[in-house]
Amino acid sequence: MALLEVRGLKVHFHTETGVNQAVDDVSLTVEEGRTLGIVGESGCGKSVTALSIMRLVPDPPGRIIAGQILWNGRDVMKLPVHDLPEFRGREVAMIFQDPMTSLNPVFTIERLLCEVIRKRFRVGKAEARKRALEALNTVGIPDAESRLGNYPHELSGGMKQRILIAMALLCEPKLLIADEPTTALDVTIQKQILYLMKNLQQKNNMALMLITHDIGVIAETCDEVAVMYAGRIVERTDVYTLFSHNRHPYTRSLLTSIPKRGLGKEVPLPTIEGSVPSLFNPPKGCRFAPRCFRRQERCLLEDPQLLPVAENHVTACHFPLEDAV
Amino acid sequence: MTAPLLDVRNLVKRYPVRGGVFARKRGEVHAVEDVSFFIEKGETLGLVGESGCGKSTLGRAIIRLEDATSGSITFDGEDLLALPSRELFDRRRHLQMIFQDPYSSLNPRMTVGEIVREPLIIHRSGSRREQHEEVSALLEKVGMKAEMIDRYPHEFSGGQRQRIGIARALALKPSFIIADEPISALDVSVQAQVLNLMVSLQRELNLTYLFISHDLTVVEYISDRIAVMYLGRIVEIGPTHVIFNSPAHPYTRSLIDAAPVRDPRLRGIAEPIRGETPSPINPPPGCTFHPRCPFAIPRCREVVPPLESHETSGHRVACIRKDEIVGELKRPMAVSASD
Repeated sequence: MALLEVRGLKVHFHTETGVNQAVDDVSLTVEEGRTLGIVGESGCGKSVTALSIMRLVPDPPGRIIAGQILWNGRDVMKLPVHDLPEFRGREVAMIFQDPMTSLNPVFTIERLLCEVIRKRFRVGKAEARKRALEALNTVGIPDAESRLGNYPHELSGGMKQRILIAMALLCEPKLLIADEPTTALDVTIQKQILYLMKNLQQKNNMALMLITHDIGVIAETCDEVAVMYAGRIVERTDVYTLFSHNRHPYTRSLLTSIPKRGLGKEVPLPTIEGSVPSLFNPPKGCRFAPRCFRRQERCLLEDPQLLPVAENHVTACHFPLEDAV
Repeated sequence: MTAPLLDVRNLVKRYPVRGGVFARKRGEVHAVEDVSFFIEKGETLGLVGESGCGKSTLGRAIIRLEDATSGSITFDGEDLLALPSRELFDRRRHLQMIFQDPYSSLNPRMTVGEIVREPLIIHRSGSRREQHEEVSALLEKVGMKAEMIDRYPHEFSGGQRQRIGIARALALKPSFIIADEPISALDVSVQAQVLNLMVSLQRELNLTYLFISHDLTVVEYISDRIAVMYLGRIVEIGPTHVIFNSPAHPYTRSLIDAAPVRDPRLRGIAEPIRGETPSPINPPPGCTFHPRCPFAIPRCREVVPPLESHETSGHRVACIRKDEIVGELKRPMAVSASD
């Protein structure tokens, strides 16, 4: 049994301007100890999918209108509210893009960490402080003792993201959902944080769901990948196949629109024409069709289903690409 | 050889840090420290570095959005820093800027037509009718329809807004454009469109670019030469292929290593470098990179390394050990990280 299984998830947001069909029929699984990457551009539904798993979609305006979220076979959507704190944190923990706003600014690092530890393990003050120190050491924060007395604003972005990771891992979750964890950070710090997350994942045998817009971060870290476009998964397979034998035109375009090493401006970059459609009124048929270089009549009329094209490889396209990259 | 279009010499920009009861000066932020470089007509110089390295301040100082503390900026034979304000105003039409955030750099109360026309009004360029024709032509040039002229910025996507920003920058027919992270706020699928547009406009109008970005991949694509900044200083400058194939400064190497791989089969080759960028208020003595540098020796703490010529012509590096470590920098660094 998969650790996490999402089946046919549909999330709508009811706003003054209409209904935003943010997530439309998303299915995915995360296995124990593995890393699933979800990649897509802004507004593709990747964050809403993650929030649904945590039952953090604000309702109203958001509403999960269909689908199941199974955690070890148990339906998360049917969990009683008083079981949620237990589920969030101990089973699944989440870290967000912006480490600047994710930490309460009026508490010291010691208080932030010890609060979690004392709630979770019912230990005394001294023991909690000892564990907080250990946690800071695990995430590679130098001079941890003096950092405990700092407030969040006294730390750099990279340090704050390390603190958040430390907090998320205190309860030894089986799955860590990281939503754009390195987007706000510089590249050298991004590398450090990704490296740290992978190391801790191995040490704790934890599953990781990494949400990003950066195909490079996917290449660095993931085992499996789901590519999302306009609220739907358009392709899902293992990371090696995704880079060498992707079949969906959107995946292909996403990969080729990033400049290759050694290539200069003499050769124009392949582009995807137009921009991401509005999810208040998504295009009929395949949602990528209006921008697709392989579009045919059928694509504008008929919704493509997510179908297998090889073992452990599904794609939603009427005319999937045949050639290797 | 003709003189370069832009020649920056020993540019310094420091900001006072004030604090205490009487807001006394308590220190200085060394935003740009002794920076010298030139840009030839028609070329693109890429300026890379991480946040806080001074790359944006440098860009803003060149068009005098910030006043430099000392140094000289020669543009087309004239020292911009010595110009009186009236002449600076006239000169500025030749230097324009494209900003990072297409959401906050366009006035939401002005229509697209008004935004693009504003520089023409300010500089009294042409009659009303000529200005209108010019605006339509500019919009077409950046790939937008002339019908969009009466619409407001919020009706457009990020990519289209950046096109509007580019049209505005081109209105006065500048020869030199500073683009400060022009595509970082855009979606991946739209970034390539804007990059292609900038390249084709450069060719068509013979523009010179200073392209500021934190993204090495993008800078490699668009630039003829690259300057790498760290804590206010240029640590390495040279032709793009030299910077990428034979970087000679350990910081450049670590930036290249830190960029995410494009192929999962290449993952895990390079390890992250240790530490973080120190504060520019009290930068470390000597080479400011020494606390993070795997090749640092005690002397690196004592001397500020000058930017000196290295192997290929036009390649300059600020590292006292550049000749000893050149072999080590040919491949990704696998140093033991702090975690």
